[in-house]
Amino acid sequence: MKVGAERRLAAVLLAPALAVLAGVTLYPLAQALVLSLERRVPVFGIDEFVGLRHYGFLLRDPAFANALHVTAVFTVVSVALEVVLGVAAALALATMRRWRAVAVALLLLPWCLPGVVTARMFEWLYYPTGWLGIPGRALPALIVADVWRTTPFLALFAYARLISIPPGIAEAAAVDGASRLATFRTITLPLLAPVLLTAALFRTLDALRAFDLMYVLTGGGPAATTETLTLYAYRHLFQTLQLGLGAAAAVLVLVVVTLVAWAHLHAVEASEART
Amino acid sequence: MRPRRELLVLLALAVYASPVAWQLLTSITPSEELQNGARIWPSHPTLASYHVVFTQSPLPRALLNSAGIALATTALAMVLGTLGAYALARLAIPGRRALVLGILLSTALPAIATVGPLYLMMRALGLRDTWGAVIIAHTSFALPLMLWLMAGFLRALPRELEEAAFVDGAGRLQALRHVVVPAAAPGVASAAVVTFLFSWNEFLFAYTFTATEASRTAPVALALFPGVFEVPWADIAAAAVLTSAPPLLVVTLLQRALVRGLLAGGVRE
Repeated sequence: MKVGAERRLAAVLLAPALAVLAGVTLYPLAQALVLSLERRVPVFGIDEFVGLRHYGFLLRDPAFANALHVTAVFTVVSVALEVVLGVAAALALATMRRWRAVAVALLLLPWCLPGVVTARMFEWLYYPTGWLGIPGRALPALIVADVWRTTPFLALFAYARLISIPPGIAEAAAVDGASRLATFRTITLPLLAPVLLTAALFRTLDALRAFDLMYVLTGGGPAATTETLTLYAYRHLFQTLQLGLGAAAAVLVLVVVTLVAWAHLHAVEASEART
Repeated sequence: MRPRRELLVLLALAVYASPVAWQLLTSITPSEELQNGARIWPSHPTLASYHVVFTQSPLPRALLNSAGIALATTALAMVLGTLGAYALARLAIPGRRALVLGILLSTALPAIATVGPLYLMMRALGLRDTWGAVIIAHTSFALPLMLWLMAGFLRALPRELEEAAFVDGAGRLQALRHVVVPAAAPGVASAAVVTFLFSWNEFLFAYTFTATEASRTAPVALALFPGVFEVPWADIAAAAVLTSAPPLLVVTLLQRALVRGLLAGGVRE
């Protein structure tokens, strides 16, 4: 096939997918940027250009600072717990022989449930404790629910890497007199590290944009102690109906996500450069 | 020693997954027993809650909406994604690196960033509270990952496969349809399942773009499950079990499909 014809075919094949992405992802994204510069409250027929005023307001709004804090705590604690528990589960899984398929099926169970189902389930679990209504308890309760549903993802990710490590390496270390812990620390963990970084990135991005769990379980309460950035943006977009302000908050969520992804990519490159 | 440790691990995992079983038990516990504090084991198991959910709640309609939306999303994303992924994997494209990077980046896009303008767009197009609004949003959101996964699967196939088809006089598209896609079937199946699960489970878009029973999906109906005077825990549990059944079923079937795909082993040499 000639290069020209091949390019034409490539364009034809890619066009539908790119058209959808342009129309339903890129265009709304650009619209969000424009909207964030406007004061728009449809119920009162308000629609005026205000420049960067919303961003200025957000940076001074204590509720936004609170949302930033809640999001940081939720993301860091959830992902850290998920990595530790996920690696532990992967190690346990890798030692199994006969019941591996059953074990994997049990792990897949929490992972494939709809978030709203998980939320309703934990609502019932927590019901007698009243934690979801107590500031200081609600966020840890949410974190537990999130860790429960997403640790399997990390476990399976780490497990796939573990079984690809030749067993000879660990055996050689054992022959040399290395303890199990030392073998894990100096051999298994460094081999696992790149995969864990990637998985942690996926999980971090998911945690930053998490919505269903907290919306259903606490709605951001009590006293905004579980109001994440996404919930904050959603509240202004669809509850106080200040579309411009909500869009500005949503744009800042995107900025945070982009910064985190960028930092992670650098960390991955650095860890690859070391090995 | 070994078998005992295996059983311990299994036991730990069973405890881990036990909230799911608990939900199942709650769904067959009579409401009076739940009110009286019997929270774990029903003394008189009953399907009454399922009867209530099926006859007096919006859930049956919501399950139908979810099935339609998730299947349409999967089909659309599969077709658009496979065509695009083939171009990415096999054809000369100017600026491929930038394109691939853009696709990878857009998998990280938070839905909250576009949901506001999308809502205005759906309203302007008269699509609010229709399957179409949710299908369009889900398809665009699932596409980057689909393109990424499919391009990976297609690139892993040997070029000889298509070249043999060209020799037999097939065009690119015929080769794609009759040779490449069947050879990549296990990958195609897993990409389809990932998309189906995403669409079935998604909440933010589905909640925002729907307004009535006409288009509310099962997770949305479950989140809004009506309770007038007290929380109908048993009914909610039954609705939750029904809402989780399709994803559980699909994942179970996928495990088999994957194994079968690997055993059939389409390509040799």
